[in-house]
Amino acid sequence: MSETATMTTPAAAPAERANVKSMSLIVTKGTLDWAYPPFILATTAAAMGLEVTMFFTFYGLTLLKKKLDLGISTLGNPAMKMPLAGMHVAMPNLLSALPGVGGLATVMMKNLIKRKGVASIEELRALAIEAEVKMIACQMTMDLFEYRLEDLIEGPVLGGAATYIEAATRSDINLYI
Amino acid sequence: MADQVLDAKGLNCPLPILRAKKALNSVPTGGTLEVLATDPGAVQDFEAFCRTTGNELVESKSAGGVYTFLIRRTA
Repeated sequence: MSETATMTTPAAAPAERANVKSMSLIVTKGTLDWAYPPFILATTAAAMGLEVTMFFTFYGLTLLKKKLDLGISTLGNPAMKMPLAGMHVAMPNLLSALPGVGGLATVMMKNLIKRKGVASIEELRALAIEAEVKMIACQMTMDLFEYRLEDLIEGPVLGGAATYIEAATRSDINLYI
Repeated sequence: MADQVLDAKGLNCPLPILRAKKALNSVPTGGTLEVLATDPGAVQDFEAFCRTTGNELVESKSAGGVYTFLIRRTA
């Protein structure tokens, strides 16, 4: 028997398996509040059996840093009304611009997240990795913002627009966040 | 009596679904998982989760602010 004849057929890649749905997300924002939608959708889709690819570009790339230091800004964000003493309070832009206000709003948001049983971004990111969500770190953004590979968690592959487009053409759902 | 019980009370979206998925992995095919949750969104979410994954939502009920879902692992 020849050597080639004894080789087994390699298992089909997940994307090539029949009936496996897939989703891709472009992640462009890196604030604490905007980090939630992509990670919530990615982890949930993976739990529902979808093959998921996330492309982290521009400010979204910060979500792949080993040490996450995410904050929010109330500046230019009139829809952000925080529950306070039984009311919902928005922060006027004039106050938002003051030093320390963004930090205070971030502390308030983090307390709220904990109190309401909402997962932390660190937890959701770890769950995404565990669920084998594919992550692409935008090479151009790495260069632009002078990120080093060692600043990022292990797992993401470096790639560009073409790498994302290839994943998107195979995906049933493509989201830009 | 379910083969396994998951207490997801106090957890918010998407944690009840994520924890349930993880728990289902250790339930034998044909076995059942009971999930307890307090997130009202979980009612629609577990229906959608089961429809999409092909698992069977045997029962969905609520009492005293606690939602109970019985899922049979068929996928």
